[in-house]
Amino acid sequence: MTTKRLTGKLLTALLLGTSILGSAGAAFAEDVTLNIESWRGDDLAIWKDKLIPAFEAKNPGIKVVFAPSAPTEYDAALGAKLAAGSAGDLITCRPFDKSLELFKKGNLADLSALPGMENFSPVAKSAWQTDDGKASFCVPMASVIHGFIYNKDAFDKLGIKVPETRDEFFAALDKIKADGTYIPMAMGTKDLWEAATMGYQNIGPNYWKGEDGRAALIKGEQKLTDKDWVAPYEELAKWKPYLGDGFEAQTYPDSQNLFTLGRAAIYPAGSWEIGLFNTQAQFKMGAFPPPVEKAGDTCYISDHTDIGMGLNAASKNADAAKTFLSWVASPDFATIYANALPGFFSLNSSPVKMEDPLAQEFVSWRGKCKSTIRSTYQILSRGTPNLENETWVESANVINGTDTPEAAAKKLQTGLDSWYKPAK
Amino acid sequence: MAADIRPKRPFRWHIGVFLAPAVLVYTAIMILPLAGTLQLSLFRNVEQHQVFVGLANFRTLFGDPNWSVGFWNALRNNTWFFIIHMLVQNPIGVMLAALLSSPRLRFAAFYRTAIFVPTILSFVIVGFAWKLILSPLWGVAPHLMDLVGLKSLFTPWLGKEQYALTALSLISVWQFVGIPMMLIYAALLSIPEEVIEAAECDGITGLAQFWKIKLPLILPSIGIISILTFVGNFNAFDLIYTAQGALAGPNYSTDILGTFLYRAFFGFQLQTGDPNMGAAIATMMFLIILGGVCVYLFLVQTRLRRYQF
Repeated sequence: MTTKRLTGKLLTALLLGTSILGSAGAAFAEDVTLNIESWRGDDLAIWKDKLIPAFEAKNPGIKVVFAPSAPTEYDAALGAKLAAGSAGDLITCRPFDKSLELFKKGNLADLSALPGMENFSPVAKSAWQTDDGKASFCVPMASVIHGFIYNKDAFDKLGIKVPETRDEFFAALDKIKADGTYIPMAMGTKDLWEAATMGYQNIGPNYWKGEDGRAALIKGEQKLTDKDWVAPYEELAKWKPYLGDGFEAQTYPDSQNLFTLGRAAIYPAGSWEIGLFNTQAQFKMGAFPPPVEKAGDTCYISDHTDIGMGLNAASKNADAAKTFLSWVASPDFATIYANALPGFFSLNSSPVKMEDPLAQEFVSWRGKCKSTIRSTYQILSRGTPNLENETWVESANVINGTDTPEAAAKKLQTGLDSWYKPAK
Repeated sequence: MAADIRPKRPFRWHIGVFLAPAVLVYTAIMILPLAGTLQLSLFRNVEQHQVFVGLANFRTLFGDPNWSVGFWNALRNNTWFFIIHMLVQNPIGVMLAALLSSPRLRFAAFYRTAIFVPTILSFVIVGFAWKLILSPLWGVAPHLMDLVGLKSLFTPWLGKEQYALTALSLISVWQFVGIPMMLIYAALLSIPEEVIEAAECDGITGLAQFWKIKLPLILPSIGIISILTFVGNFNAFDLIYTAQGALAGPNYSTDILGTFLYRAFFGFQLQTGDPNMGAAIATMMFLIILGGVCVYLFLVQTRLRRYQF
């Protein structure tokens, strides 16, 4: 513990050192230079080769530098830089409380009046707003959509139709299991979050009716022990026999490999997998949204806001930065971004044309289903015990069969009740 | 006055000068952070300001079931982790050392090195390698057990609540068994030949010689090993973190004080870190270890008989 603190301080000192050097270099440039803070090191090439040139071509006089740090260090490093006044002009925003905290501390500027913000729906903006929804402080960039990716070759071989209702879904699983060539579903409970994120938050919105249920939960009108919130756990408990041998010790990369090696037929997914799966899988893939109860029911999908961009309140180039943010809010940016990163979907209201068929399939659900975000992310995970963490643990328990759906729901609600008092 | 009459001894500066570097370095990197942690545990963040709250954080830790259940669970798991090490690691270490010190054993140097190598491996490698070995999908463990017809005994150990902690403890034992082995081996080598020869003249050989002559002579070393194991186990964190993640699944069954502290102090996913509660847990860990070491120093070590040769 003592060494941890010391390395933390050393890290801060190092970061301070590098950022001071960085800004010294910028001072000599003639144009205005904007620095972007981000944790998405994976996207460096996309920013450098596609996004920034596209912006600079339209806005001469503004130079943009994308300067990412490691995902696990991002929050601590950003906090230290903001405190020291050496952070970049543009700050990539984590969803919900982490960014809200920065806004409350005065690190992020209010962007409610930014030209371009009107391009986003209230759900898209909800991740970067104050609790009352009055002030927005980050431009929504991308979301990820949950659903199921399936092995098309396997479905064709076994003569299975893409399931639309839950009965069809379980019938398909039964058929795959009876055939024995494929593991019906590739998911493990070892890493816990698969069970919660690809399981509970994936199929749940169909039960709790998306935003309606989520808002009612926050207002305190519904409880996690209500039928609509326990039912997804009951379905999860039924998944157990369709998972691979030893799924209790199967990790997230194990599940990905099982599916891309063609050993499993269905993968409960998030759209962020598309890029990786396209390069690894040797078979045709398709996707379907979480099945509904009866054909024709309204479907709900988890279209989770994941990444946004805000303005450092202490930026000396605020005007240039706002020009950039307005561009981020434009359909131009959305088209380049969504095509470069299939699976990270633009939150822009104007439809974006995408080339990747799997990504197209995912995004087409926005047209026929209602979007919501993960139920535990806004407001409800601020206290102790942390609802999101508990949901991970309990979802895994339900699938492992060590907790009944009712017991799991009761634990979550008791934990939430211990600190959360809904505003009346 | 007697003191006035006695000739004044010159102040011995060199003692201070020679002690200074060690004292300064130790104070800067051990004592100050420790004091900082203790201080942090007495404060709480209220509206962005650190406010002195006395022992309120400890009252929360033990009085609020949201914290106390997790704490006692971690302490219980940690104790089990320690018991496994004491029951498995140290006896095996002593046994290996006894075998290695046998003059008839060939390739002793090779065995010694091979058994000691895991100790210098990184936790990340050990955690990752064992996760793969025990993997029900691609691991060698199910395959090897199949070869000897024991496939039915295989379960995904790291994913089952009832086995995960024991499995991890045994992995840790595998990694660290070299340390007691080396220490005991050194102690066994330092037993003088005359003592052994005298025993042989009295007709004490073989196992009886080990139990009656060698074991009493290495007891102080075993005591040191026990206390090292105790301190190491109650500070453990890395293996659980690399093998099971910060939530120490399944269902917190592998949560030990180190991982519990990590989640409280640094936060995890949507959980924001609370350095003050984290410091309170760190303080409890410090007190537990301090208590254990004191028990050893005052109750056990004073009763151990030492032999001078």
